[in-house]
Amino acid sequence: MENVSGKIIFLMKLWETPLFCSLFSYGYIKIIYNFGTLQTEIHAAYKEEVPVYKILKKEVLSDVVKLMDIDAPHVARKARAGQFVIVRIDEFGERIPLTIADYDRDKGTITIIFQELGKSTMHLGRLNPGDALASFAGPLGHPTEIENFGMVVCMGGGVGIAPIYPITRALKEAGNRVISIIGARTKDLIFWEDRMRAVSDELIVCTDDGSHGRKALVTEPLKEILGDKDNKVARVWAIGPAIMMKFVTLTTKPFNVPTVVSLNTIMIDGTGMCGGCRVLLEDGAQFVCVDGPEFDGHKVNWESLLSRLSFYRDEEKKAVEHWEHKCRLDGTLVKGRE
Amino acid sequence: MAELKPAERMKIKRHEMPNQDHVLRRGNFEEVALGYSLETAKTEAERCLQCKDPKCVQGCPVGVLIPQFIKALREGDMVKAVEWMKVKNNLPAICGRVCPQEVQCEGNCILGKKGEPVAIGRLERYVGDFELSQRTCPLVKAPKTGKKIAVVGSGPAGITCAVDLGREGHDVTIFESLHGPGGVLVYGIPEFRLPKSVVHGEIGYAADCLGIDIKTDHVIGRSFTLDELLDDYDAVFLGTGAGLPSFMRIPGINLNGVMSANEFLTRVNLMKAYQFPEYDTPVKLGKKVAVIGAGNVAMDSVRCSARLQSLQAKKTGDVPGEAHIVYRRSKDEVPARQEEVHHAAEEGVIFNFLTNPIEILGDEKGNVRALRCVRMELGEPDASGRRKPVEIKGSEFDMEMDTVIMALGTNPNPIVFVDAAGLERTKYGTAVADNDSGRTKKKRVWAGGDVVTGAATVISAMGAGKRAAADIGKFLKGEVSWD
Repeated sequence: MENVSGKIIFLMKLWETPLFCSLFSYGYIKIIYNFGTLQTEIHAAYKEEVPVYKILKKEVLSDVVKLMDIDAPHVARKARAGQFVIVRIDEFGERIPLTIADYDRDKGTITIIFQELGKSTMHLGRLNPGDALASFAGPLGHPTEIENFGMVVCMGGGVGIAPIYPITRALKEAGNRVISIIGARTKDLIFWEDRMRAVSDELIVCTDDGSHGRKALVTEPLKEILGDKDNKVARVWAIGPAIMMKFVTLTTKPFNVPTVVSLNTIMIDGTGMCGGCRVLLEDGAQFVCVDGPEFDGHKVNWESLLSRLSFYRDEEKKAVEHWEHKCRLDGTLVKGRE
Repeated sequence: MAELKPAERMKIKRHEMPNQDHVLRRGNFEEVALGYSLETAKTEAERCLQCKDPKCVQGCPVGVLIPQFIKALREGDMVKAVEWMKVKNNLPAICGRVCPQEVQCEGNCILGKKGEPVAIGRLERYVGDFELSQRTCPLVKAPKTGKKIAVVGSGPAGITCAVDLGREGHDVTIFESLHGPGGVLVYGIPEFRLPKSVVHGEIGYAADCLGIDIKTDHVIGRSFTLDELLDDYDAVFLGTGAGLPSFMRIPGINLNGVMSANEFLTRVNLMKAYQFPEYDTPVKLGKKVAVIGAGNVAMDSVRCSARLQSLQAKKTGDVPGEAHIVYRRSKDEVPARQEEVHHAAEEGVIFNFLTNPIEILGDEKGNVRALRCVRMELGEPDASGRRKPVEIKGSEFDMEMDTVIMALGTNPNPIVFVDAAGLERTKYGTAVADNDSGRTKKKRVWAGGDVVTGAATVISAMGAGKRAAADIGKFLKGEVSWD
């Protein structure tokens, strides 16, 4: 027994070294036991994971907002506006949900747009055409319900401009009169203005600092539109930061205009398995991944949502620090990020 | 060793499984059961009486040829032992670790009537591990039949079905929604009970031998629907399991710090959160963790919690936190394997029996603060034959907690039923399928495992996968018709 304990302690020490962690995790070595006379060593027939979902195109929309076309025919064949994908960068990566910004069924590609906020999106932003992703699963969630409602307002805040675009386009194609409002903190964070204009009857652009378009929060023009007696707004879509969606629903509530929001919560699997994405609605909890991602914004308990979104903030910070440290050691840290 | 007489065999005592020291193991995720040595395995194998009518085989859901493999093992012919094993069981290193042998093969062993049964599970594991490291017995694919089969889900049911059909010479494609194969074997069962290298070794080897294509990141019901699969494949087997977690209907379930066992175990096992930040996925666990429930999933959750708390304490220099089981019935009704309960207790898990949670209390930030419970007592037996727990009036009390993990069972995931007209489901959300053949109400679609039975065991899912594979094989050869 003594012999075994000694080995275990040795393994535990090894365990703490990063080299061992990485070798262990790849399944290269795995000495299960050395007990008695027979030495058994299990070589897992587990191969190093080869990322297969190629990045075909990358556009830098702003310092922190990037666009990528990913080669994923199995997702593109069925993708529709309003749905999302789960992305995992590599062996060590977490599974993150990203909304589908566009798709091309013929080419078999999906367009994703993301803002570099945490470790995973920062890492993703560092990749280039020719690189590939380890996982790309979808399309997940319910697509947006598209029909001719009459007059609708489509709102995109920050990186939320990306997912609101295919919805706006589909609503326009369905015959709606579409007023779009896009906004961000500052001019640099606004993108796809021309694309949005092309699929809207009217487009209003706002920035918090007035560096582009109107100096206002997106809720201001919304309130004016809703308050105008000539407008009969049938429905509002809002996608953006949770706090923006909350205030959009507060704005539309007195006018009794149905408001659809698309929630981006913490998820692990994205297929209904973990329940980590659950959101509290008026009539109980639902899963964003399988019941959403779109919900009636007036039923969402925003306090609970905002609190759940912040639960892992410390760990997110730690992950970024760890990654930046690793990048610095590798010498791959791009200028401007220090 | 010379041939022994039965009386001599019965004198040999059952060999204990060598385990990792309980204090050490609380601080790591390495496998707890270390496995027999060749010496021990051979001596244990000598205990088998080689019954003419082996009851152990009847107790096995896949009918492993137990006396045969044990005989070869004690004669030292490992290659033969593996061959006998693989007649019925393609994944022995997995079964040997996770089957509830005490109610199956070992529960039926004749030696168990007076003394202790042959440690069949441990011998099975020994043979499985030998094959994993030595690769003496490649699976052989019969000449190609030209038939195409889609298997949905790569857990125990799907893998077993795929391997059996692959051996018959069919072209098998497995669709898996997650990023790697294994299903509950990799997202649910922790590393210290079933190492990932064993799962990947078993599955990878079988797939390589038989040319089985495993398509990961494919969510059936979304990327492809069942009806689309039926256009391209001659038969479809659904082994999608029961992955949808249940939450208790009590106030406070949406507080920060409340999670399903599925979320917790997926973070820890599949995403390797115990190696955060080396791996990206974190898991947030408090100093006081309550796991609600007492099944195998609850034991896995609470033992993972204890380990994470130890690792955390090692970093901060604090005393490790507390990991609790909260269960409304008593010790005697615990549904988990006895070994798991025993291991959990050794690792310092605190059991709160006859305790029923009624509310989760939060602080001003929306984080869990305490678990409000009532004491229970046992009343008359209920429909399940277990004595029904009854609330003791006025016994409410609060347990200070910062994490609550719900391990209350799971239901089948509904996504696979999208665009699958004719696939009947019960009111519990499970697929309606024949127990013997696995046939569903939809033509050319078979199902087995948890998607049919609701959450059950790995081996019962394997048995269902095996039975379905047999029927699919006959159907594709034209030996039986659908109607």
